[in-house]
Amino acid sequence: MSLINYASREINCKIVYYGPGLGGKTTNLEYVYEKVAPSSKGKLISLATETERTLFFDFLPVDLGTIRGFKTRFHLYTVPGQVYYNASRKLILKGVDGVVFVADSQLDRMEANLEAMQNLYDNMSQHGYDLTKLPFVIQYNKRDLPNAAPIADLDGALNPGWTVDDPARQKLTPDPYRAGEHLVREVNGIWVERVPTFEAVAVKGDGVFDTLKAVSKLVLKTLG
Amino acid sequence: MTSTRATSWSFREEDSAQIRGVLQDFLRDTSARTALLVDRAGQMLVTVGEAPNFDPTAFASLTAADFSANDQLARLLGEPEFGTLFHQGEKESLYLADIARRVILVVLFDNRTTLGLVKLRMRGAVQELTTLFTALFAREGDGTSAVDAGFVGDAEDELDKLFGG
Repeated sequence: MSLINYASREINCKIVYYGPGLGGKTTNLEYVYEKVAPSSKGKLISLATETERTLFFDFLPVDLGTIRGFKTRFHLYTVPGQVYYNASRKLILKGVDGVVFVADSQLDRMEANLEAMQNLYDNMSQHGYDLTKLPFVIQYNKRDLPNAAPIADLDGALNPGWTVDDPARQKLTPDPYRAGEHLVREVNGIWVERVPTFEAVAVKGDGVFDTLKAVSKLVLKTLG
Repeated sequence: MTSTRATSWSFREEDSAQIRGVLQDFLRDTSARTALLVDRAGQMLVTVGEAPNFDPTAFASLTAADFSANDQLARLLGEPEFGTLFHQGEKESLYLADIARRVILVVLFDNRTTLGLVKLRMRGAVQELTTLFTALFAREGDGTSAVDAGFVGDAEDELDKLFGG
């Protein structure tokens, strides 16, 4: 839940990077930290184990500057991907405004992706949040690896879409990020909506800012 | 009940003035250095007293995480919560207390005062702040627009500049 602080003229929004272990969530944040101008970023905090696996979270504040009198800031968090850190993973979702699911494209990580996605839905719902109604994007990371699954397979497994019940929203809606495709469409007489997806090679920075920009814009729209 | 969108909550200048008043009284009565309010999502709300010489944004996110982790520890023990936490350092110490389950009061103090006095005065401050914040949260969703109409467009332009258009 974004906080609008009229006293200090600040707006803070929280974006959480979620996904299976070793999928590249921390790498996304490290790339953002490396590339964003020093005046626009705060300290990158990592609560990690000795082997650099995320134990609790990574945190990076990114400053958008002062907009219409409000200092606007995005707080980027990652969660630990390893299954047994679920307690801390769930805590980080508290007050979330937008979610990026970082999937590992490798074929042998498909099960880990599915498990993490199910876990995301479960943890969001335990906080009382409906993931299908909040700003949410998926990043298919590690697209450069030889064993990367085809996008269609990843979409089928991780982004099959959910039913759109609201008649006002049952209309063909183009996907602004994938030419010729649609976010809302009719399949076998049922209207379904899927979320925007981005291909990435986070270690090289490919797709990192496209993903962050998309989820940030979706979050901003909820403020308007 | 699930939320249908990311709800935002607002913190107005008149809220800030009342809350600052409570915290200033508390600091005067205890000789503690600084009082800070952080929300449970890790965002800094108010700082009163000596300006802290650390990164407030990082401090706020770690405070929220600290409190949340301890909440879970409490539940493992069968306690509904740990309402307060104390971290003792050689020179500086921190005392943290829950306010209305949504906000955390953090008091930074050194050897100019004692833990006993901070604890004693904290109870009253927590009660007053709980009343103020409960009223503030009750106002949520009153239909007032969060930001002015041009905000989203301007913010998107800034995003394009910062992350590449």
